[in-house]
Amino acid sequence: MSGNSIIRFENVTQKYEGAGTVLNNVSFELQRSKFYTLLGPSGCGKTTILRLIAGFIKPTMGDIYIEGEIVNDFPANERQVNTVFQDYALFPHLNVFENVAFGLRIKKLKGAEIELRVMEALDFVNLPGYEKRKIDEMSGGQRQRVAIARAIVNDPEVILLDEPLSALDLKLRTEMQYELRDLQQRLGKTFIFVTHDQEEALAMSDEIFVMQAGEIQQSGTPMDIYDEPINRFVADFIGESNIVDALMIDDYRVRFANQEFECVDKGFNKNEKVEIVIRPEDLHITRIDRGQITVTVNSQLFRGVHFEISTVDEVGNEWLVHSTKKVEVGSRVGLDFEAEAIHVMGLNESEEAFDARLEAYGAAGYEK
Amino acid sequence: MERQAMKSNSTNPFYLVPYYLWIILFVITPIALVTYFSFFDISGNLTLDNYRNFFSSVYLRLTLSSFWYAFLITLISLLVAYPTAYWLTKTKHKNLWLLLIIIPSWINLLLKAYAFIGIFGLYGPANNLLASIGSERLQILFTDFSFIFVSVYIFIPFMVLPIFNSLDRINPALIDASRDLGASSWTTFTRVIFPLAINGVKAGIQVVFIPALSLFVITRLIAGNKVITLGTAIEQQFLVTQNWGMGSTIAVFLILFMIIIMMITGEKGGTLNGKVK
Repeated sequence: MSGNSIIRFENVTQKYEGAGTVLNNVSFELQRSKFYTLLGPSGCGKTTILRLIAGFIKPTMGDIYIEGEIVNDFPANERQVNTVFQDYALFPHLNVFENVAFGLRIKKLKGAEIELRVMEALDFVNLPGYEKRKIDEMSGGQRQRVAIARAIVNDPEVILLDEPLSALDLKLRTEMQYELRDLQQRLGKTFIFVTHDQEEALAMSDEIFVMQAGEIQQSGTPMDIYDEPINRFVADFIGESNIVDALMIDDYRVRFANQEFECVDKGFNKNEKVEIVIRPEDLHITRIDRGQITVTVNSQLFRGVHFEISTVDEVGNEWLVHSTKKVEVGSRVGLDFEAEAIHVMGLNESEEAFDARLEAYGAAGYEK
Repeated sequence: MERQAMKSNSTNPFYLVPYYLWIILFVITPIALVTYFSFFDISGNLTLDNYRNFFSSVYLRLTLSSFWYAFLITLISLLVAYPTAYWLTKTKHKNLWLLLIIIPSWINLLLKAYAFIGIFGLYGPANNLLASIGSERLQILFTDFSFIFVSVYIFIPFMVLPIFNSLDRINPALIDASRDLGASSWTTFTRVIFPLAINGVKAGIQVVFIPALSLFVITRLIAGNKVITLGTAIEQQFLVTQNWGMGSTIAVFLILFMIIIMMITGEKGGTLNGKVK
């Protein structure tokens, strides 16, 4: 445990009566001043982690540390943590100023100081001059900002954000992604952001925790997670991907689609069954004689930025291709890709084993 | 919105006929009749004496005592109903508990009053219990205590229901938010829960205080006419003294008091509660 650690989970399990196990023996450590994202489908336990940190629930088993202190028995009002709720949870009977001032009034600060800090917080979230407004006179995006101001005005070490952007329309959501990231960097506080939107997670985070069924599947930087998913779930959840069964012939040699290919992965047993991932944007459509595998085009969808082309190879594997060029549906084309584009995933590999294997690539000059 | 409202106004006035008919027949006409009768004395002469009499010390004292009892009944009902409603929102089978609390209000008021005559009687269960612990038998019936006790018992469901509804409608995330911002459970109650449920309290006060002003069955049966309220006075003027004019005058004042109370406890801020999920 380093001195920079701010939150630590040690073998935390959470069970709900009737709902079974929501978190299963989860351990992790979060560093100060970073932007973390808990990413996963609904019901994966990400919101439970947030509620455990906030202090709304107690862990069934295991310990939670905040700033090196076990906080299992501390109620929410005794933790240096503030939350931005999914539906903002602004107090409808108070105006904007009083909503933001709520925490400061509880602390019994002097009127002048409260006013100063509330104004500062409203400035920070770009809402100066709104302090007298009623909550129901504010738009969704403005309420979002009030909720953020209400959290940051208390100067907490950690700010928890529970899917705060899910109620906003796409354009506003993209805008708020930039703003939140910017806000986190200006404040220099730890942000823990919960979302099921992988694009949001990739765009904003220093580190992402991908969760499924109450367990952390993989943690790492957005690039790590996108380029080196540990298993089929992560590869599938983060972005579009082609996942195909394969056989590891030897180090740097993998066999799929009835052919052997050069790759950059090693450390597997000879002839071990594996899965490979190739991202659709890494596949290039070319002439049959120049391609590495030959496929038939099934369908084509215009996505604006690119065409999404669905193809199938001779043994029945489906390959999704993103291309800026149109092809003819029904035609046979070649697919070309580089050795680096192939990412090999072991079946049932643990995160530790996976990390250890990736470490070993370092010696082999593998850079990502 | 506006266009829709205009449309329904201009094309379907016919649908409003039953509504207006109802209002005219059962609201406006009775009030008009009561007001009309209040200007006649017992022998049918047009006069303002009834109003002059109402401001005599007898009726003023009566009004005061009516208000005092209604106030006590409302206050005690509120003190019992608020914690009950709060506790109800926390229980697992809210609706079952709520039903159990509401069921007594479906029983006829007279039946309940007679049941209490039995319970509070000199040889009833209440006194038997006192006797069994060695105390002497007390006169419970026909006292202020029994009057207020039975009234509170009867009004509690009407107080619980609106308070429960407004408490139950509070978004639980608001309570989390308050705790998250450092508030203790008590501060959360005083700063978030209570203000958000205030309209339920106002509605409860309305539905208890106004009928409590004009109680007469309970005053007669339980309080043995020792407690005289505006309600009993009206009943006596109409049925015993046969002075419809004075009875109507008291009724006019009772209606005025009700309007004033509704104005005081009415929703001012408007949609606050509607905003709360």
